[in-house]
Amino acid sequence: MSNGIAVRNLTLEVGETQIIRDISFDIPAGQITGLAGESGSGKTMTGMSICGLHPKQGRRGGSIAFEGRNLLDLSEREMNGHRGKDIAMIFQDPTASLHPMLRIESQLTDHLRFHEGVSRRAARTRAISLLGSLQVPDPSSALRKYPHQFSGGQLQRIAIASAMICNPKVLIADEPTTALDVTVQAGILRLLRGLCDEFGLAILLVSHDLGVMSAVADTLIVMRHGKIVESGTRFDVITSPQEPYTRALIESLPSVVSPTVDSPAQTSTATRFEAK
Amino acid sequence: MSTPLLSVQGLTITYRRPGLERIVAANDVSFSLERGEVLGLVGESGCGKSTLARAVCGLERSESGQILFNGNQVKPLKNRRRPPHLMGIQMVFQNPYASLNPRRTVASQIEDGIRASPKAERWSVTELLEEVELERSAATRFPHEFSGGQRQRIAIARAIAAGPDLLIGDEPIASLDASLQSKIALLMRKLAFESDAALLFISHDLAVVRVVADQAAVMQRGRIVERGPVAEIWEHPQDPYTQRLLSAIPVVDGLGRLPG
Repeated sequence: MSNGIAVRNLTLEVGETQIIRDISFDIPAGQITGLAGESGSGKTMTGMSICGLHPKQGRRGGSIAFEGRNLLDLSEREMNGHRGKDIAMIFQDPTASLHPMLRIESQLTDHLRFHEGVSRRAARTRAISLLGSLQVPDPSSALRKYPHQFSGGQLQRIAIASAMICNPKVLIADEPTTALDVTVQAGILRLLRGLCDEFGLAILLVSHDLGVMSAVADTLIVMRHGKIVESGTRFDVITSPQEPYTRALIESLPSVVSPTVDSPAQTSTATRFEAK
Repeated sequence: MSTPLLSVQGLTITYRRPGLERIVAANDVSFSLERGEVLGLVGESGCGKSTLARAVCGLERSESGQILFNGNQVKPLKNRRRPPHLMGIQMVFQNPYASLNPRRTVASQIEDGIRASPKAERWSVTELLEEVELERSAATRFPHEFSGGQRQRIAIARAIAAGPDLLIGDEPIASLDASLQSKIALLMRKLAFESDAALLFISHDLAVVRVVADQAAVMQRGRIVERGPVAEIWEHPQDPYTQRLLSAIPVVDGLGRLPG
């Protein structure tokens, strides 16, 4: 069993700009590690750096330890052996991350056959059982369809299936529910929690939504301007944030903000409805 | 009370799909809206809330029922120019990347709105930018130079510039950061009041609607299943669908409770 990933003193520079400034954290197996922050805080780039998908002209420093090796030292070829197999990723927009002109079958099984050399038939069987366990209706006919034939929530399930098919040890989920409805989001969050508990997966959940974090993350890291400003257990960070920035993030959430501010029309509106 | 600002009566809209059953996107929907009212329309994707908004703007053909704006019937525009009496309806769309013209400066796009307004002298570009909390220098820049939240502010400024009587926001905050959502939503509410307009605010998130709206309508499969004061719906949802929608909103308490 893998012990997840340990990130130490990671930096990322693109040209003159420092995108990630010396951050260290762990993504332990069997836990969901939440990475929060506003857009532009460097949270997506952190996830991308772990997969080696950071901008080509960018320079990484520090270390990312995975199974006793530093991912930064690996050649592109060695990294290809891990990416999609041991370390998988799901992205925000499934309509963009799935190829519009390939059938679901090839998007689910191509990388499985590349990494594990299994037969087409074995790969298909595995895809069907995985889609079934991710609650995609009618898995065998789903394999013959194209992405545009599914709704956003179903597509995200398929994207998760594509990430899970090689039994990865680490899953990096970059805003997996941001493009989805609250009701569909609830389903995907349950699914991630289940995968984490069942397979001992190490999940890095990148999201700007602290409501999502409060529901599933075990530990929570808050980033700002490429630095970690706060980290700790979910309960501590959300109920007693130490940093003013974290507090501001929590207080600005729509479910926390007190409803409707005063307005000149407020009183007249109220009376009008009473009249009705 | 005289005729309401907007009145929708028995509106039914269906979509034909070749070889498949028809989709009923709006099924006998009726509601009315007055100046100074904020109505939040909630429901999951595919429930017909955007169709309803597009119909009110004259962008969708209805099968039956009618839409009256200031007593005038709203008919589908097709390729015609919007008639002057419907200029009072302005819309802010979900995706500010697509709704702003990438090749024109912010100022020239806001001026379009001012030119369309019946009270053209009411706003200047600088004042509008100030209202939506952007810098004056924004006027000479292009949309790609701004972040998503800033672009949505520009789209709101353009809609307000036209001096709307009815402002419609179709998921205007869905593409924004959680920390920005309530800010932009409250900005729309404030500006709608300042221009003495009504606001129809569409969102899939009841938590956001609770912040901006006074009244809320919950839509499911083309029907309005529940309507009432937003606090009432938030505290005591009557319809089982509303209850499900509410329980799907993650609670920020750090206890790790899974929603839904």
